[in-house]
Amino acid sequence: MSEPVSALRGRATSGSVQVSDMGLQGMISLRCDLSFGKLKALSKDLVGAPVPALREAQVRNDRAALWMSPDELLFLMPHTEVDDALSRIAKAMKDQHHLALDVSDARALLRVEGPFAREVIAKLAPVDLHPDVFGPGQVLRTRLGQIAAAFWMTDAQTFQVICFRSVAHYAFDLLEASAKAGPVGHFPRGT
Amino acid sequence: MRLRTNGRLVRKNRPVHFSFNGKAMQGYAGDTLASALLANDQILVGRSFKYHRPRGIVAAGTEEPNALVELGRGDRQEPNVRVTQVDLYEGLVARSQNHWPSLEFDVGVINAKLSRFLPAGFYYKTFIQPRAFWKHVYEPIIRRSAGLGAAPETADDNTYEHFNVTVDVLVIGGGIAGLAAALAAGRAGARVLLLEQTSGWGGRAVVDRPMIEGQSAQDWVNVTLGELHAMPNVDMRVRCQGAGVYDHGYALAHERLTDHAPKQGGPRQRLWRIRAGQIVTATGAIERPLSFAYNDVPGVLLAASLRDYVVNYGVAVGQRTVIVTNNDDAYRTALALHAAGLDVPAVIDARPAAQGALPEQVRALGIRVLANSAIGAVEGGKRVTGVSICAQDGTGGQTEQIACDCVAMSGGWSPVVHLWSHCGGKLVWDEAQAMFRPDADRPPTGADGAGFVTAAGTANGHLFTAEAIADGFGAGRKAASTAGHVKKPGQAPMGDDAAEDPMAPVWIMPAQAPYDMRAKMWLDYQNDVKVSDVQLAAQEGFRSVEHTKRYTTLGMATDQGKLSNVNGLAVLSDALGEAIPQVGTTTFRPPYTPLPLAAIAGVARDELFQPVRRTPVQDWHEDHDADFEPVGQWRRPYAYPRGDESSHDAVTREVKNTREAVGLLDASTLGKIIVKGPDAGRFLDMIYTNMMSTLPVGSCRYGLMCSENGFLMDDGVVARMDDDTWLCHTTTGGADRIHAHMEDWLQTEWYDWQVYTANVTEQYAQFAVVGPKARDLLQDIGGMDLTQEALPFMRWTTGTLGGFDVRIFRISFSGELSFEIAVRAGQGAAFWDLLVKHGEPLGLMPYGTEALHVLRAEKGFIMIGDETDGTVIPQDLNLDWAISKKKDDFLGKRGQMRTHMQDPDRWKLVGLETLDGSVLPDGAYAVDTGENVNGQRNTQGRVTSTYYSPTLGKGIAMGLVRRGPERMGEVIAFTKTGGGTVDARICDPVFYDKEGKKQNV
Repeated sequence: MSEPVSALRGRATSGSVQVSDMGLQGMISLRCDLSFGKLKALSKDLVGAPVPALREAQVRNDRAALWMSPDELLFLMPHTEVDDALSRIAKAMKDQHHLALDVSDARALLRVEGPFAREVIAKLAPVDLHPDVFGPGQVLRTRLGQIAAAFWMTDAQTFQVICFRSVAHYAFDLLEASAKAGPVGHFPRGT
Repeated sequence: MRLRTNGRLVRKNRPVHFSFNGKAMQGYAGDTLASALLANDQILVGRSFKYHRPRGIVAAGTEEPNALVELGRGDRQEPNVRVTQVDLYEGLVARSQNHWPSLEFDVGVINAKLSRFLPAGFYYKTFIQPRAFWKHVYEPIIRRSAGLGAAPETADDNTYEHFNVTVDVLVIGGGIAGLAAALAAGRAGARVLLLEQTSGWGGRAVVDRPMIEGQSAQDWVNVTLGELHAMPNVDMRVRCQGAGVYDHGYALAHERLTDHAPKQGGPRQRLWRIRAGQIVTATGAIERPLSFAYNDVPGVLLAASLRDYVVNYGVAVGQRTVIVTNNDDAYRTALALHAAGLDVPAVIDARPAAQGALPEQVRALGIRVLANSAIGAVEGGKRVTGVSICAQDGTGGQTEQIACDCVAMSGGWSPVVHLWSHCGGKLVWDEAQAMFRPDADRPPTGADGAGFVTAAGTANGHLFTAEAIADGFGAGRKAASTAGHVKKPGQAPMGDDAAEDPMAPVWIMPAQAPYDMRAKMWLDYQNDVKVSDVQLAAQEGFRSVEHTKRYTTLGMATDQGKLSNVNGLAVLSDALGEAIPQVGTTTFRPPYTPLPLAAIAGVARDELFQPVRRTPVQDWHEDHDADFEPVGQWRRPYAYPRGDESSHDAVTREVKNTREAVGLLDASTLGKIIVKGPDAGRFLDMIYTNMMSTLPVGSCRYGLMCSENGFLMDDGVVARMDDDTWLCHTTTGGADRIHAHMEDWLQTEWYDWQVYTANVTEQYAQFAVVGPKARDLLQDIGGMDLTQEALPFMRWTTGTLGGFDVRIFRISFSGELSFEIAVRAGQGAAFWDLLVKHGEPLGLMPYGTEALHVLRAEKGFIMIGDETDGTVIPQDLNLDWAISKKKDDFLGKRGQMRTHMQDPDRWKLVGLETLDGSVLPDGAYAVDTGENVNGQRNTQGRVTSTYYSPTLGKGIAMGLVRRGPERMGEVIAFTKTGGGTVDARICDPVFYDKEGKKQNV
């Protein structure tokens, strides 16, 4: 048996805005009717947070529940807890049509942190990132350059970004280049 | 020449050194390249496109048609740069273009002597016949004599970036109207982005100095900038041009960050991708030239541009300037020149009388004003030496000659309506001002049918300060409130400037000019289009302005007729005897000025040009010097050559080794889609042509997917995981597409079916262990019973192999004993290493996609993309066995029932073996007797897959042949690359192990 590795194997940059691999992250994709009654308790049980509403990110330390689509959530948790979480989901969702899958290895998780992190992302994603519109507590599924990605903020200058594993290096290089190019000066710094 | 006075933008204590055509020159900080060239008395700056006539600077802004240079060296070399848009910097290197051998002496000027042979439409008329001459004689000569700058030869090492931003109100243009619009929108609380294409704010007002709010225009601009800077909801950018307006409020802007400061770090340019609720185009107006004979001689320029040079940069073109005009505004140039101590021998006014406040002011200074007058001709070659004067309403009889070294002309103003028009804003013809202006009732509309662009200020046809600034403020307030910000922004600023008498439209000077004069009146400087050319086009029946543009080249090339369009279509309408609005304008298309490709590409170059997808063992493939081939966005190993081995030899070795010992394939790229739910079986029965609902848990089945039209679109093995869960394998390129296809049907047609899908392709690394020793290898690793009894062919199981959690499928795409093993992607590399380590004693070799293809072709297995091309149905490939007869319906069933799909003459899959053992060319056609209606040889089939088979020692192929399976043993001829044919016998497509014994052991 060998320990699993993340696609980026700990890559990190230095600089005013830093890009780094967040390593192995347990991720479970759950597709179901989001109004299903027992989901509230399940979300509480898995990540200690309520079911996220439209475009909401319920982040609790190293756990989170992220809204992905009208019938899909993404739960984040320590990598080692995924199997246990899957069996708890199966139990809670028994007799309820759903699809729960371990997608931890299918993705990469990166952190973008620094005073103009918001602008680093805005160079690449065609979405409104104005601080009045997007901030901690929200999640967006969009594009980063030429790939699909999702991101949320954990504080005023930190983004967490997920993308598919096969394009993790592309995402990292893209973010690194955008950070290295410096701030645009459009959004207030540190927001 | 540089004046002692004036020059509000230049810092005369900061000299800046640059060179033009190798000549060292000096300007000041704050100069543009244009003003610095004029300061150095460099009046001749280029040659015209067709006749190679000497040309000088005509304008001071983006409308400049002549002064295009090649800028910079090495990685900063850039052709076709307008000198008016270049901020001067230390060490700037510029070269003029389109001349040979030199700017001063150009042999291409011979074209001018031949000008009667180069009339409008000369490309179409002269050079079409004989055809061969066009290609070998005319075109090379024309290309050498006519052309703009050269493409750079070295890579551009600068960086570029994009920036996405969403705002309530985008204001394009930083003159007083734009500033007022931003002020109103900003005060109302809207998120505002204000863009100015030059390096400074204030537009014409800070040159012409009207009063605003009781203060000078410059003071008002400064106060306003202060207020805007203090608003956190307003962002302002200079050197940032609004380039294009598109549907749904999308706009592009081009910001030049370090063009003026090449030593500064950071990106050189930034492309702003803006989503705006409302757009205000305060883009100003462009002065029109007048059409008089030899109006292209260097030293003739626009009156307001000359004023810009004098006031902003303290630069003049000559000592004695004759001004020629049809309006009062040009008199401001006379005043500015006089104030700078320069001579104005006369103002030539085409109007019957000139009695407004400005002309009177000019007269009071002792300057002659000649009404009902015109320039008959400009004298001089590379520089103006004088003008001959005639009556405007006559035929050009000379009344007087005036010596001068500069001519400043004004034919009135055209609002810059480009951005208003990009997305469909309509125009009206303003008779009094002789201009097209935006029609406020017909703006570009968004998804809700409401307008999303407002033109403001001079761009909206308001040429006077009071109206322009009030219009700007009103546009800003309206845009903000439409975007939902209704806070009151206060009163509009009050503007005040001198009253002006009406202008008079003058399209030809003098009005009755004979042909030889009209043939020397340039409408389009950049493309050498003259009044006579447009008139000739009209005579020849070109009635549409769009056709005339293409025929004469009026308004083509880099400036897209910024100076020439209105003058040209006025001449055209006159020649056609129609009113100007009936003739209309050509289409305004983005971008406003050419955008560098580098800015459009942004960061997407070199390794970021496009995403390259990597499997969990990509590093291993790279470390082992695999040859790669693109498959979708993946790079899959094509083969693993060893030492000096050729790719072909490597493939041969890999095939043989897989047939005789054991091979290892990275199949991680193949698509894996989970389909789950109470209706999943029913759903898959619709998606696949064969029956998937009856597949037992633990089993695998090969399946085909068709489009609605019945054409085969993807294939792969489906495994049943549990009662309501299936795992569908797709081709490498099909994973995303097929997942989207499934979701499409689920979300739009069968939304009430209880099915969820998920694309888990990248969750797993998947490897094929293939060959007679495959089982030995896995048993050596140990942990699972993989005997034929425990895991028969077309079954799957899970377990722990060598400590790894695995899922193993007994499926084969090679005809050999084969196990496809999936592990979680994070353990893929480690598991691959384990297989390689344990495999080595058994002779394991990894194999690439080419060996995979040879192995499957030897077995007659089809490949999506080879045997299919979007026109092939499964029946063409003899796959009737995989099409369920029991099902009422599946996607493609109805399509396959159409007459043409049932035609017995369809080309069907067969094997092909050449009589001489050679390998058929890929894609070769089987020739038939006779010719088709186009005189081409008839065909009866084509090659779809062709390889050298190491197993059989000869070429093998598959192809589609008319009624192929009925013609076994027949010999037909195939075309060869480079001519001739090769004979091949139609045979069974399964060349190897027809009974399928080897895979089922």
